[in-house]
Amino acid sequence: MTSPQRSAVIRDSLGVGIAVGAYGFAFGAASVAAGLSVLQSCLLSLFAFTGGTQFAVVGVIAGGGGVGAALASGLLLGSRNTLYAMRLAPLLQVRGPRRLLAALGTIDESTAMAVGHADPRDARTAFWWTAGGVFVFWNLSTLIGALLGSLVDPTDFGLDAVVPAAFLALLAPRLRSGAVEKRVAFGGAAIAAVLVPFTPPGVPVLAATAALLLATDLRRVRR
Amino acid sequence: MTIWILVGATIAGCYLQKLAGYLVPAHVLDGPRVRRLVELLPVALLAALVVVQLLANGRHLVLDGPRLTGFAVGALAVWRRAPFIVVVVAAGLTAGLLRLV
Repeated sequence: MTSPQRSAVIRDSLGVGIAVGAYGFAFGAASVAAGLSVLQSCLLSLFAFTGGTQFAVVGVIAGGGGVGAALASGLLLGSRNTLYAMRLAPLLQVRGPRRLLAALGTIDESTAMAVGHADPRDARTAFWWTAGGVFVFWNLSTLIGALLGSLVDPTDFGLDAVVPAAFLALLAPRLRSGAVEKRVAFGGAAIAAVLVPFTPPGVPVLAATAALLLATDLRRVRR
Repeated sequence: MTIWILVGATIAGCYLQKLAGYLVPAHVLDGPRVRRLVELLPVALLAALVVVQLLANGRHLVLDGPRLTGFAVGALAVWRRAPFIVVVVAAGLTAGLLRLV
């Protein structure tokens, strides 16, 4: 069953898992610094299991935002997972309990690794191994980051500089994909910066979605 | 208590968003326009999060030297396409060391 092709797919998938695990340390530390407990941080990583959203939720809380604003930013950011799942559904052909498990594993990395393969069998291998690898490392590193973060003051270790840099790292590959992306990003950043003094924390991030109006190509795309 | 509500709602919301994609028929949301919109949404949100995490302290805009410098070093690493762990360590170490001196 283990062909050279299959082991190459598995190796790549696990490599992605290990690399992504590094985000987990930052998330765990940021989460306890925002006031969540170690248990709460770990539950988010186990069951919400979508890095950008988790970072956004604790980021808004750390900035003094309310529960509503934190949840709204998180779920807006997580909405892409629905589209990922729709792309994966015909590829994975999952039913019953396996579908419930596949849903949990539907994230940026597993989707990117799966849709990169022309052969459906390789795509399925890539999906499950990437999702599994990221899951293990993301959760382990969240736990370690949260424990360390609760022992020391994370600001001493520059966590307040790490978090915006982490968001930038998530943003960068999207910025490289086009001019419209750059315009939307600058627009979103500008809206947020201007609103900080005038609105409750959390609102500037939500309002930044208005920058989508700058996506000129959106009007040209036919329904 | 409110944090527990947030944690529960985030978990439920995130999981249902994922599951919904497996349950709805493919054509419901899958127009090119919706796909593009969902592609661009994280761009606006992440850019706003960068700015807010970098400059906001509650409702005040603050320019914190170590934070800005640490972020700049991290941004340089991102620009050089360094692995994420390098970005994190570079940003954190810079800001942390600047606070020590």
